[in-house]
This record gives sequence, C-alpha cells and structure tokens, in this order.
Amino acid sequence: MTPALLTARALRKTYGRGDALVRAVDDVDLDVAAGETVAIMGPSGCGKSTLLYLLGGLDRADRGEILLAGQRVDKLGERDLARLRRDAVGFVFQSFHLMDELTAVENVELPALLAGRSPRAARRRALELLERTGLADRARFLPSALSGGQRQRVAVARALANDPLVVLADEPTGNLDSAATLEVLRLFDDLHQTGQTLVIVTHDARIAATADRLITMRDGALLDETRLTGGATGSLSRLAGLESEG
Amino acid sequence: MLVQQEVVLAMLAKEPTYGYELRARLRQALGPVGEDLNAGQIYVTLTRLEKAGLVTATAEAGQDRPDRKVYELTATGQLRVAAWLAEVSWPRPDLAEFHLKLVAAFAARLADPLAIIDAQRRELLRRLRDAQRAALTEPGTSDGALLLEGIVLRLQADLRWLEACERTWTTRRNQS
Repeated sequence: MTPALLTARALRKTYGRGDALVRAVDDVDLDVAAGETVAIMGPSGCGKSTLLYLLGGLDRADRGEILLAGQRVDKLGERDLARLRRDAVGFVFQSFHLMDELTAVENVELPALLAGRSPRAARRRALELLERTGLADRARFLPSALSGGQRQRVAVARALANDPLVVLADEPTGNLDSAATLEVLRLFDDLHQTGQTLVIVTHDARIAATADRLITMRDGALLDETRLTGGATGSLSRLAGLESEG
Repeated sequence: MLVQQEVVLAMLAKEPTYGYELRARLRQALGPVGEDLNAGQIYVTLTRLEKAGLVTATAEAGQDRPDRKVYELTATGQLRVAAWLAEVSWPRPDLAEFHLKLVAAFAARLADPLAIIDAQRRELLRRLRDAQRAALTEPGTSDGALLLEGIVLRLQADLRWLEACERTWTTRRNQS
C-alpha cells in the first residue's frame, strides 16, 4: 500500500460530561492513501460527520493525532488551521452552503481569491472547474436558478478551487433525488479517475458502492472494512432477473 | 443469458423481422445488462416458437448476402403476447429464506446473525457497485439506464431491510 496521505491515530472527541458523556469519536485509527476514495457509513449519530470535521480541521479532537501529507493537523494554531482548511482540504456539504447572492462562478472562485490568487487567475480556474463539472453554461447563474444536482456540482467545483490534497464530503447526496445523485456520483467518479483523494461520509449505499473502501462506523468507532474492488459477483443480467445459462 | 419465449415473441409484435434485428432490438432495450445476450438461444427459441405455431418463418432471398428467415407472429402468437402483457408477474424476492436463516442460526447458536447480515451486505454492495458502474457510463435517457436504475433501487431496498435486520438482531443478541 502506498504511504497514507491522511492518517488519524487514536482520535477521540467527546461531548457533554458525566452521565451525558457522548464519545462521538472513540479511539479511531484511519489511513487514507493518496488517490483513494473511502466511504464511511453508519447510522445517524454514529459520529461519522464529527470524524470528518476533525479530519478537515473544522473541529478539534480531545486526543489523538491527525496527519495530512506528513503535517500534524492537531498541532496547528488557529491561523495555520484556517490556511489548511482553505488550501489543503476541500469540503462538500449536504446542504451545499453556496453564497446565494453570488453567481456560480463567483462561488467557485471565492476560495482562490481568499488564498490570494489574482482575480484573473481565480476566474480562469473557476471557469475551468465549471467546465469540468459540466456547468460551463451556468457560470453566471445564481444558485437559486440551479437544480439541486447543479448546486452540488458547483459546490464540488468550489471545493477543488485551490487543488486540495483531499476532498471531504458530508452526505453530498443527502438532499438530492435519484437523477441528481447520479450526476454527483459521475462527478466523484471522474475525480477518482483523475487521482483526487476523497473521503465521503454517507447514508447513501449508492455512493458507498462507488468507493474503493467502505468503513462502517457505530457509536464513534470504526467497525469493519470492506474492499469493494475486485471479486466476481455475477452478471448484471442475473441482477436484472434474466436467467443465466447452465 | 437467456430471455423468455414470451419476450422474444413480444419483440416481434412491432413488425416481422429476422433474427439478427430481433437481437439488436433486445440489446438496445437492455443496454449494458444485455451484453452477454446469447444469440444462439434466440434462434433456438424462434425455432421452438415456429414449431408451436406462434410464429411463421419465411425465407427472404438475399442478393449480396446470404438468405435469411423473416419471422412473423401468427394469430395465436399475437394472442399469447396479449395474454403475457396482461399477466401480473413480479419476481419473488427471497426474503423469507434469509430471514429464517437468521432465526435458525440464532436459535441454535450455530452462527452469529450479525455476521450473516454483514456477509450479505458486502455481497449486495458489490452488486450495487457493478450496477452503479454500468449506470455511470450509460447515457441517462437510454432504455438500458432505466433498467439499471431499477436494479439499483431494488438493491437499495434490500440494503435498507438489512439495516432493519441489523438493528433488531443487535438488540436481541445483546439481551440474550
């Protein structure tokens, strides 16, 4: 296995105290290799979103280590952590979190502008990303004029604005219907093919099924791990209910 | 992969045609699911249908290609197609068997129901992955994509039921 790009060791996060103490993340070890897509599934409240926030520096762990490309995320001060979130990590949320008053292209270029890129370079990159996500003709639209699937694709384009080391997605299809889910799955698949590292927290078995590795989480702990790649599973025709021969 | 006699018959209902074209119609309707369609079986089926008096075959002379048989529905064939279309049939999912496997395994302490559920889930997820992969490369408007969506939705339903199984058996195991 290639050395891990993202590593968590003995990660712990608790909320509340005494009898009401909840171990949202309980001694979690995780390694994500560069270019890998990892899905984390589990029931609501199992701690999977908390884990994702810890990995991306949106929240701080009580204990444990996080390494991203060799850098100790848990040791960073506030200013460095903010820079890490902006430059090294791309976030995708269930409810898109787009700025309603900015057009698609303005949303996408924002992280690059915040990172100090020139307006011209940021705009060029944003247009490239919208092209890649199949939204070139929607660049000047406000989010309110876009469908759910299109909004989420804008959000993915925004997550890529600063060429992050890893994209972290929290229930990215949670608010989407079946057709829009497929749009987002196609996009993630495309990112995966180009070597983007992805960690996706989801309820949606469809996303989980496109990952290289599926991790089940329960009560704050990682339970079991399934490699979905490889292994003959029979033909599609059998799944469709057509008899196979012999 | 085999298709039923009635399917072959019904695909002829639009207009008489020869075997190769019939196969192309089926491939078109099935998309990626039809990739391992057995051409030989279609011809065998057509011969059977002919013997049963459901289709007639007429040789069509070719000029710069070999002769071929054009198949056409007979009146009986058309009735059979109409009856088949009216029939309500839906493949039975094997839920009871799996359910009873869990009950028996737990009662006899032969195996951990949760381990059985996990194994089943892995298999369903692999199948979902295969169907999903095919769906990702299929244009969204094709007949094949619609069939794949059906496969995906069914697998999702099965996976949801497994979640319910898991909740219940976790509780039962913890209580015992």
